[in-house]
Amino acid sequence: MNDVPSTSQERAEKLEGLGCKRKRVEDIRFVQGKGNYVDDLRLSGTLFGDLVRSPHAHARIKSIDVSEAMKVPGVLAVLTAADLKPLALHYMPTLAGDVQAVLAEDKVLFQNQEVAFVVAETREAAADAVDLVDVAYEALPVVIDPFKAMAPDAPVLREDIRDKLEGAHGRRKHYNHIFTWEMGDKGATDAAFERAEVTIKELISYQRVHPSPLETCQCVASFDKVRGELTVWGTFQAPHVIRTVASLISKIPEHKIHIIAPDIGGGFGNKVGAYPGYICAIVASIVTGRPVKWVEDRIENLSSTSFARDYHMTAEIAARRDGKVTGLRVHVLADHGAFDACADPSKWPAGFFNIVTGSYDFPVAHCSVDGVYTNKPPGGVAYRCSFRVTEAAYCIERAMDILARKLEMDPAELRMRNLIRREQFPYQSALGWEYDSGDYHAAMQKAMDSVGYATLRAEQKAKQEAFRRGETRTLMGIGVSFFTEIVGAGPSKNCDILGIAMFDSAEIRVHPTGSVIARLGTKSQGQGHETTYAQIIASELGIPADDITVEEGNTDTAPYGLGTYGSRSTPVSGAATAVAARKIKAKAQMIAAHLLEVHDDDLEWDVDRFRVKGAPERFKTMKELAWAAYNSTPKGMEKGLEAVDYYDPPNMTYPFGAYICVADVDVDTGETKFRLFYALDDCGTRINPMIIEGQVHGGLTEAFGIAMGQELRYDEDGNVLTASFMDYFLPTAVETPRWTTDWTTTPSPHHPIGAKGVGESPNVGGVPCFANAVNDAFAFLGATHIPMPHDHWRTWMAADQLGLHAA
Amino acid sequence: MAKIPVSMTVNGKPVLRWVEPRTLLIHFLRDDLGLTGPHIGCETTHCGACTVDLDGKSVKSCTMFAAQAEGASVMTIEGLTAPGGTLHALQEGFREMHGLQCGFCTPGMIMRAYRLLQENPHPSEEEIRFGISGNLCRCTGYQNIVRAIQYAAGKLSGVEFKEAAE
Repeated sequence: MNDVPSTSQERAEKLEGLGCKRKRVEDIRFVQGKGNYVDDLRLSGTLFGDLVRSPHAHARIKSIDVSEAMKVPGVLAVLTAADLKPLALHYMPTLAGDVQAVLAEDKVLFQNQEVAFVVAETREAAADAVDLVDVAYEALPVVIDPFKAMAPDAPVLREDIRDKLEGAHGRRKHYNHIFTWEMGDKGATDAAFERAEVTIKELISYQRVHPSPLETCQCVASFDKVRGELTVWGTFQAPHVIRTVASLISKIPEHKIHIIAPDIGGGFGNKVGAYPGYICAIVASIVTGRPVKWVEDRIENLSSTSFARDYHMTAEIAARRDGKVTGLRVHVLADHGAFDACADPSKWPAGFFNIVTGSYDFPVAHCSVDGVYTNKPPGGVAYRCSFRVTEAAYCIERAMDILARKLEMDPAELRMRNLIRREQFPYQSALGWEYDSGDYHAAMQKAMDSVGYATLRAEQKAKQEAFRRGETRTLMGIGVSFFTEIVGAGPSKNCDILGIAMFDSAEIRVHPTGSVIARLGTKSQGQGHETTYAQIIASELGIPADDITVEEGNTDTAPYGLGTYGSRSTPVSGAATAVAARKIKAKAQMIAAHLLEVHDDDLEWDVDRFRVKGAPERFKTMKELAWAAYNSTPKGMEKGLEAVDYYDPPNMTYPFGAYICVADVDVDTGETKFRLFYALDDCGTRINPMIIEGQVHGGLTEAFGIAMGQELRYDEDGNVLTASFMDYFLPTAVETPRWTTDWTTTPSPHHPIGAKGVGESPNVGGVPCFANAVNDAFAFLGATHIPMPHDHWRTWMAADQLGLHAA
Repeated sequence: MAKIPVSMTVNGKPVLRWVEPRTLLIHFLRDDLGLTGPHIGCETTHCGACTVDLDGKSVKSCTMFAAQAEGASVMTIEGLTAPGGTLHALQEGFREMHGLQCGFCTPGMIMRAYRLLQENPHPSEEEIRFGISGNLCRCTGYQNIVRAIQYAAGKLSGVEFKEAAE
């Protein structure tokens, strides 16, 4: 009956639980081309939808003529706002409390805005018909520069809310103004600046970028007229939220809506929101009674779905001459585009930007954010970062470097003097957060020791002297960043989306033979959830990870959850998984006590079994207890072995890290090469080190793309200049640097297994590290702040402005 | 639009379909043959998610008409797994070295690496990076893809690749 004797350690290793570099379950299908992505779905009778989009950034629609388009063989319908308006579906609610046009009614507000939706038998017929929809426009003056949005004579963009002085987040100051959001103590901060021995002030802009997962946004909507039920397969990072929103706006009862997110080809925030194409596909399916597939192309993805950043941050630091910071003041002008579709928890119009004090012990701080409308696409998603955290990290990390330069102090030394000390945790920040745990000085010191920081600085000094002597045309820059992330949104006391608290969930069922299915409210887009959640359960329940199936993305079977973004899966659903497993374990203990005829207090847990204290030869394995749960439970105990948990986190988690990189900049070409990038991450308890390393590599590469070249650019007429991968930079294997990863481990004190989340840390810490390196290369020549992105052209320009190309 | 016959060999099997002349090879493979391993990521030949092997060359099937492949021999990711289900060294290497995350670029990336190793069985790291630079990955940062290809190169030539994924 009992297992072959083996040591606890041997049995633990076989589970492939916490800390194991377990190979990914998902890969078996992906490496064989057997993934199941939305566009792979083949339902018989499927129609194809395609969107007519505006060529203008701001124009009045005079007329729409669909007659020629309807003549294309195979075209069934062309939907316009006139068709959606009677259903009250021509506008949809955004996550930010605004509305967004599904199909433009009177005006278009950004180039490539959705105007009409063609439904046809084939994708080719739909594309042909799109070309034949005749829309007459009257062009209007555009607002592209956010700094001109609130000018007294600025064009009115949102006529639908022109006279609405109260927005979702308070009073609006101007018809193109969305909100003002403030945190901190303004009076005390202003006083600190009045007393300051040293101050710096800089406009630090974070350009508009796009997450660009390799798979674009897409869906298949299928309405069953007989049952009155709607099924939508789609690229959804948050399937349950999509279901609730779909129900609220379509009036189809929520239990008759089935949302399925199959395999997703990357998300990075791009697939959090609801897009007009989804609504149109749903309406088209209801109208035609057939499945309707809508698949964006890359131009549509880059030019109409959610952008990220576009934050223009004026940062000021007050400090003593010895480098101790005494105050931080930041004002942000935020360009939200034509509709406020920013993806943040409802009460946080600027996300968690108030993490802008970073990793430093600022006694006082004040930040304020003004959001404005412009003639650009809506969005404002967190592109691989928690809500507005990478903007905040870039701001404070650039500002600290600028302060270091003013104080003529080494940037690492300045950070060391101001990092929050270990004994200060849990730490109350001046802008309202309670940092859970950290040992920042140890991390920073380990990073500096690992790269040989002092030696690098000596080399840089020698190179600078050689440059001045004309012996080299290469500048060496050392980038330092120390970041604190804030992830795991979030506690119901302050985080909700459309009124739904941001808990997350796990349901675990142990089958009679001891294998398991677990279902979660999150949704992997490549993070490896099928692998890692199983590892948590394996360690908690003593069941091999290979015997555990993890399922996500089907709203019919998964418990309600808020989805995967903002590095929240491990902090929230990972916690729910551990807690649900513990509920099962508690029941199993009662069953074990019953079978072994002892009091449950007399049992102790040993890897995969309960054994009698002092008599280790008397035990029941979890496998045995699973079987017993279905036939020999104690009197009064219900049968079965399953549990569900809806985890409401008591606090956010605060991963952190110290990054150092070395750049060599050719001043004559602007070309910048990174010969070293060292990333030390502390994400608390490490579930799967292989996957963590992969997440760090990927996040650093995205940070490299952002810092070194990505930008959604618009000309003065509002034409998008970067709508394909020809013009929008995605790094290839050639220019991507080699990554060196490292870690420290400071468990979160409030998380059941101490994990903090890691997916987005490398983007948050990486961007300022690259930018600081390029700036550091030029700083000794007098440069204060060179804005991103640091592509060859801009870097060459920076060198030129410093007079480095003079004959 | 009038349809034309297109015939070719795909993963070792002869196929004949009537398609519109403008049908792209990627749509032919995915929609007409049901081979959904190759993916569409950009439609502009940049990302390489649609990469297949055609007459001994890597091609991006999103910017080629099916009719241009008339008479050709095409291999997709589906043709790489041995008939008995045994994974190719590259498929094994990508899993062993954590060379994929969302999996969307993977079929194209592996097919590109397949041709690379046919042309150069012992590539240096630089040669691998250059060799896959027409294939974009948004998740991995490429480092583990390089390791995966090194692993496969070693295995195919009987030398075990030692370095672990971390």
